[in-house]
Order: sequence, then structure tokens, then C-alpha cells
Amino acid sequence: MKKIIFALICFVAPGLVLASAGKSCGKIDCYKAKTDLNNKASLQRGVKLFVNYCMGCHSTKFMSYERMARDIGLTKEQVLENLIFNDAKIGSYMTIAMPPKDAADWFGTTPPDLSLVARSRGKDWLYTYMKTFYVDESRPFGVNNLAFSDVGMPHVFSSLEGMKKAVYKVEKDSHGKEHKVFDKFEPVSEGTLSAAKYDQAVLDLVNYLDYTGEPAKLVRYELGVKVILFLIILLIPAYLMKKEFWKDVH
Amino acid sequence: MSIAKGFMGWVDARFPLTKMWNEHLAEYYAPKNFNFWYFFGSLALMMLVMQIVTGIFLTMNYKPDAELAFASVEYIMRDVEWGWLIRYLHSTGASAFFIVVYLHMFRGLMYGSFKKPRELVWIFGMLIYVALMAEAFMGYLLPWGQMSYWGAQVIISLFGTIPFGIGEPVAEWIRGDFVIADATLNRFFAFHVIAVPMILLMLVVAHIIALHEVGSNNPDGVEIKKNKDKNGIPLDGIPFHPYYSVKDIVGVVVFLILFSVVLFFTPDLWGWFLEKDNFIPANPLKTPEHIVPLWYFTPFYAILRAVPPILGSQFPGVAAMAMAIVFLFLVPWLDRSPVKSIRYRGGIYKIALTFFVISFLVLGWLGTQPAGGIYLILSQIFSIVYFAFFILMPWYTMIDKTKPVPERVTEK
Repeated sequence: MKKIIFALICFVAPGLVLASAGKSCGKIDCYKAKTDLNNKASLQRGVKLFVNYCMGCHSTKFMSYERMARDIGLTKEQVLENLIFNDAKIGSYMTIAMPPKDAADWFGTTPPDLSLVARSRGKDWLYTYMKTFYVDESRPFGVNNLAFSDVGMPHVFSSLEGMKKAVYKVEKDSHGKEHKVFDKFEPVSEGTLSAAKYDQAVLDLVNYLDYTGEPAKLVRYELGVKVILFLIILLIPAYLMKKEFWKDVH
Repeated sequence: MSIAKGFMGWVDARFPLTKMWNEHLAEYYAPKNFNFWYFFGSLALMMLVMQIVTGIFLTMNYKPDAELAFASVEYIMRDVEWGWLIRYLHSTGASAFFIVVYLHMFRGLMYGSFKKPRELVWIFGMLIYVALMAEAFMGYLLPWGQMSYWGAQVIISLFGTIPFGIGEPVAEWIRGDFVIADATLNRFFAFHVIAVPMILLMLVVAHIIALHEVGSNNPDGVEIKKNKDKNGIPLDGIPFHPYYSVKDIVGVVVFLILFSVVLFFTPDLWGWFLEKDNFIPANPLKTPEHIVPLWYFTPFYAILRAVPPILGSQFPGVAAMAMAIVFLFLVPWLDRSPVKSIRYRGGIYKIALTFFVISFLVLGWLGTQPAGGIYLILSQIFSIVYFAFFILMPWYTMIDKTKPVPERVTEK
């Protein structure tokens, strides 16, 4: 017990000293994305947003339309009619036609493939990112982002969310130095969605990207419960067998 | 029954099957007082088998090519039937393997299992540990993610710090190119799937043969071979099979339950077993902000960074890191205590071992943090603690007051 307490002191103390440094999402701490992979309707709304607003520039080249349809409960016909706008077949991977080199010229960098973005960035980051675009006339697309400073991406959801500007306040740190920190957003123009509806739309998109990052997530939790239950039941005869054999040792 | 006997007779006349079975299982007498800590040997063996079996299936779909490697791993994760499970068994299994091995090594330090006559058991074990680190390091390059690439870049460039002009050519020779490239990936693949596993298997056989030659130590550190009955069987010994085979099955099931919790619910253990940056394909032009090796290397990485460069050379840090492992090899000769087990050692060894474990854990955590400020100072303090454990060992084990060791093992 003493060892454990001592180890805890050694671990926690340096952590506390340094806990103040750095924000988890760029200039702010991440918002929590409360998504639910079991919510098929949310995943379906998410893929609709993805192909309409994101797939102009971003591919998910490790994901096939067919697999996606099967996993989130869409029929092939629904996908062919509503989600495929080019000559892709149902078994095709979700790639795009934009040449990477041209894209780099247009945006300053090639828009990344988003198959694994939920794994590399995390879904909280994605959710925060999509909610923190603000007006910044110094940037090429007139917007900047709190989670990803000077990002080369336009605010593709501006028609849904509207535009907002960031308001800063001045804060003193422990050394008495003054810093400009983010305070709140103020709306500049209205979008087609209310704030609550926009939140839900972003959540749906993040939920879909979370699924895209690891389709196995749809099955692995359930399988895990079954495997662990099996092992717990197996533990009973294993333990009884050990006890039976060891009777004559003690 | 008689057919089976006849068949065994036929085999035994040509191959010592029954003899081997008896020598290593049915008539291998292990002390009867093994406790919880003695599960980790058999668990390590199970993990080795699991890594080999899952590795075989991964190899069927993995492509060791800088252009294709990353995509082939994602193909396994998505389009290969049960591919995600096989891949996670392998990637989460690698970390579990190290946890088991570290606990196994700690057991040896606790009960003096490295002491005479088991020095070679310990040496073979340490060689297994070094081979395992090589295996893990090269395996981590194969997914060809950002951390695979830059982690390998950092570690191989360590060889470049060797002075007298040999460092850079050696690093280049290992990479097969001026930077980590397709040539590196190909050779690491060859080493990871053929060369190192073969060495590992041979070392494991040597480890077990050496162990069975001298017999197992136990939590009391008593030599059970000193007290034998008239048939020459140790009074405190019981046949490994069936007693420890049935006991180890319980250990295996409990371990698999804990392993499954991680495997199915958080296979990347929030970035500790699979780093977030490794889901971005390797990009030689874009260095990640923090390059962090996987957790099982971070104690040594922290030691490496704790040593300041001398005359502009990082070599002292690299040498310190190497020494951190070399000292482990020397433990059988550094320890001057007349008793093996911590149960009969004095307070000094208990305190020393506790500090050693704490320094190892804290260094492991520090290795994941950026090097600078208080982290750097802490790394230096705990590196000193780490090395003091070994350097002062001959002295403190000699002056430590020991308790009398019983003649026979105790039930505790």
C-alpha cells in the first residue's frame, strides 16, 4: 500500500505542476462530442452531409460505398440514387476526382483523406473544429478556426450555420502578463439551421466519421461482451479443476 | 489403450518423446509454493505463440512496400474477414507481451531468481528481452504511419551518434538509404517475420532448458533439491504437469479476461498501445510535433534525453541508454546478498527495489512528455535513481541485514 501511495505521489505531483499548459483543441479546450454509433439515423444523416459538403475535396479512400451502405442500414439503390454523383459503382471506394496537385494549388495544401481522421484527431476535436469557424478577413477564404489556426479550408457549413465572429477578452496569467483569450462568438449572419439543429448536424457528421475511422467499432463492443462472458464461465471449471488437483498438495 | 501404448513404444524407440514429456512436464518437479508472480512465465510463452499465429495471418494480407503498406493495414482492418480482430490481437498483444515480460522480470528481481545457479537462466531471459525489443521496434515500422516512420528515424539516427566517424555509415547501413525508405521497410519486414522470431524461439528453448537443468526458484528462495525423499524426488516439489498446468490454465483465463477488456473496448488504450499519429500515413517531409516511442521503450528514451550532449555529441545519452540495459545483464554478479528472496532480505533491498520500480515507471511516463523544463530535471533525477540501484547494489546487498532462511519452503 505504501508503495502505491508513493508511486501515486511521484506520478501525480509533476502532472499537477504542468497541468495548466496547453489547450486540447488549439486556442480552446475541446467540446465533448456525444455521438452514438448505434444511432443508424444519425449515421445516415452524417453520410448525407459528408457526400454533399465534404466529398467535393475530401475522399475516404479506404471505405467502399457498399460496405458503408450495409453497415449503416442503407440499400444499394438508396446509395446509387442519393449518394453517388459520379460514375462510381456500388463496390467502389469513396474516392474523389480532384487532382491532388491542383488541390494543393487552390488550398495551399492537399485536402487530406478523411478515412482515419477520427482516429488521428479524435472525434471531440472534429466536433470542436466544425463549430469554431469565425470571420477573419485576413484569411484567403475569409474565415479562421479556433481549433486549427490559419486552416486552409473554407467554412463549408456557413450556409447552415451562418457566420460568426470571435470576441476576445484580456486575462492575466500567474506572472501578471496579459493575454488575449477567446471569450465568445457573436453571430454576423443567420444560417438555415438553428444553433441546436446545427449542433446535431455536426454531431451526425462526426458520428459518421467516427464510424468511417473504424467500421469494426460497430461489432467489436458486442463481441467483446460475449467473449468476456464466455471466459468468465470458463473460469469456473478451470478453477474447480485446479482445486481438485491441488487437494493432495496442501 | 494398448494401441496407444504400442504407438508410443514405436515412437519412443526412435525419438525420446516420453522422455522429453517426463523431463519437462510430468516429472519436472517445481516447488509447491509458487504464488501469483509465477503465472507470467507461462503467460509470456502464450503471448509469443499468439503473436506468431496472428502474425502469420497478418502477413497474408500485409504488403511490405512503402507505397502500399499503410493501405494494406487499413485493408486488413476493414475488408479482410476478422482482419480487425487479428490485427488488434497482434498490436494490443505486443503491449500485453511487454507487460507480462516486465512483471516476469520483476518477479526475478524480487525472489533472486537470477542468483547462482540460475545466472544463465537470467542471461537467456535478458537476451529474449533484447530480441523482443528489436522485434517490437521493427514491427512498429510496418504500418508505415507517421509515428512508425519518425520513431524509426529517431532510433536509427541514435547509431549515427557513435563517434570516430563510424556512426553515420552504420546508420546508413541499417537503413539501406539516407533516410527511412522502402529499403528499410523491406529489411525490417524480413527481420520482423523471420530472423528475430527464429532467434526468439531458440532463446526461449535455451531459457527453458537452462531453467529445467537447475530447477525453478520459488518465493522463499529455498533450493528444493537439497531435501529429497528416498526416490530422489524433492520433498517440496510437485510435478509441473498436472499441478502447474491446471493452475496456469486459471491464470491464462484470468489474463485473457483482462486482455479482452482492452482488446475489445479500447484496443489502442487511448493512444498508449496505438498512437494517434500513426493513423496518418508516413510523410518524410512533415515531422510530427512530438515523436514518442511506444510505452515499453519510454523509460530508456527518457534516460537518453536526460543526459546532456557532451562536445555537441548525443553519444553519451545513447551510451547511458545502452548501459541501462547492460546493467540488467550484470545483476547476478552485482548482488552480493547471501539470500535470494526478498522475504529474507533486509529493509535496504526492499527500499532499493521499490525505488527502482518507481524510477522505471516515472521514466516511462517522462519518456512520453516533451523534454524540457521540469520534465528534464525529473528525468535526470530518476535516471540517477535507476542507475544507483545497480551501481550501489554490491554495497547495499552486502551490508543489508538478512533473516535466516528456512530449510523447507513455507506456505504463505
